[in-house]
Amino acid sequence: MIKLNRVSKKFGTGVFGLSNVSFNVDKGEFVFLVGPSGSGKTTIFKLLTREILPTEGTIIINDWDIVRLSKAKIPHLRKKVGVIFQDLKILMDRTIFENVMLPLEVAGIEPEESKKRVNDVLAQVGLSGHKEKFPIQLAGGELQRAAIARALVLSPDIILADEATGNLDTANSWDIIKILTDINEKGTTIIMATHNLDIVKNLPKRIIEMNKGNIVKDSKISKEKKDSLHHSHNSKSHDIHDQKSSTMEGEQK
Amino acid sequence: MKFIKTTWKNIRRSPYQAVAAIMIMSLTFLTISFFTILLFGSSKIINFFESKPQATAFFKNEAKQSDMDGLKSSLESSGKIASAKFVSKQEALKIYREQNKNDPLLLDLVTADILPSSLEISTVKIDDLVGVSETLKASPIVQEVIFQKDVVATLTSWTNALRTIGVVLIIVLSLVSIFIMVTIIGIKISQKKEDIEIMKLIGATSWHIRWPFIYEGIFYGIFGAIIGWIISSAVLLYSTPFLSSFLKGIPIFPVPLIFFVGLLGLEILLAVILGAVSSFMAVLRYLK
Repeated sequence: MIKLNRVSKKFGTGVFGLSNVSFNVDKGEFVFLVGPSGSGKTTIFKLLTREILPTEGTIIINDWDIVRLSKAKIPHLRKKVGVIFQDLKILMDRTIFENVMLPLEVAGIEPEESKKRVNDVLAQVGLSGHKEKFPIQLAGGELQRAAIARALVLSPDIILADEATGNLDTANSWDIIKILTDINEKGTTIIMATHNLDIVKNLPKRIIEMNKGNIVKDSKISKEKKDSLHHSHNSKSHDIHDQKSSTMEGEQK
Repeated sequence: MKFIKTTWKNIRRSPYQAVAAIMIMSLTFLTISFFTILLFGSSKIINFFESKPQATAFFKNEAKQSDMDGLKSSLESSGKIASAKFVSKQEALKIYREQNKNDPLLLDLVTADILPSSLEISTVKIDDLVGVSETLKASPIVQEVIFQKDVVATLTSWTNALRTIGVVLIIVLSLVSIFIMVTIIGIKISQKKEDIEIMKLIGATSWHIRWPFIYEGIFYGIFGAIIGWIISSAVLLYSTPFLSSFLKGIPIFPVPLIFFVGLLGLEILLAVILGAVSSFMAVLRYLK
């Protein structure tokens, strides 16, 4: 579903945001992207939404080559990839309902259908009672839910959550994670960048650890290696066992 | 409909900029209206004079009827005259009374004695007019010969000058309007920079973002055109009694309704073009 192959991003200042990064994410996977600030997590999100272009490498989402995607097709890509931004990017002069309605307006969905979808998604994130409120009237956790609702409303294939639990207390953070895991269980691929190691450690999900623009650890690959090592160890054991058996059989004969 | 709602919201949120844009557009369309009315009027006046006889010879007061008839006959016998119509003092008074029927004071002051008899002449060939007029001027009973072509030429030159001034003024004002509109819409785009960025990130196409601004420009243009048209039409209707008395005998007034409707239609069309061009320039400049 998502494939980054030898992707590097060098910024104008000469600093590498990403250096030769490769990984695949399958459909329906939930991936945590962890690492310190400046490790390249947000750069990956910006590359996946074509906010920026890589200096080298290829990025494939579904069948789209993101690097070669024409400008006219970028809006189509962005309708398929819902983003929960680190700074939320909620419009302060619109109500929560209007904010969540925005992607549907942009996609040209009929008003009646749009209203139904917004009400459904607001109920899903527990904000039905706040839909006529303005962002300034909501608490941090509620705003975070509004941002999730907006990312969800077009039923995207992929959700990119950039620090979706940043600045939230533990209870609110777990509420957000609960919403995201529920969405994931319905088949949506989720990549979540986070600093919250408590959440990462307590959820059995794939973890990609980054540092200074490089992937330093990918739990999926580690597990595959471990499995393959285990498999080859078992095979060797079987071979030895087989050899031993045949030797013993020969001796008996 | 969705874009129009967004446009209306944008206008309501920055009323001072909207007022500035509408005012400059009103000024432009007020000027356009005034010059259109002036040119319409002057072309009517020219048509009126063009339809008149080519020359009119006014007789001296002491001229005898037999001499005047003799002059008319001699001109007609030359074969150069297409038509020659004698207007007696009584007929001149009748014409005067008809022209001033609404002004009893003027009717009381004038009698047939003070109005001259005249001979209205049109020649078969325009070239013959000079020779005929020389014959008329040479006659001892003729006081004065007036050529309509001189009047028409003077009016035409005035109209042309007016048209040139009007066109230059309209071009300058249209350019000023465009630049002011570009600036106002540019400011609005800058104010909504964050909203635009968010819209783009959630998949809005460039045109989805541009349309409300273009509609806004068109709205300012149309609103300005309607205000300019209302003011100019009101001024024209208000001054109609004075102007019709001033231009007595020239059939301009009342100005037909179709002229006002046509003027409004033309101005709205021009307003749409001006508004769309200026807002499109703004979005190209500020929404890269």
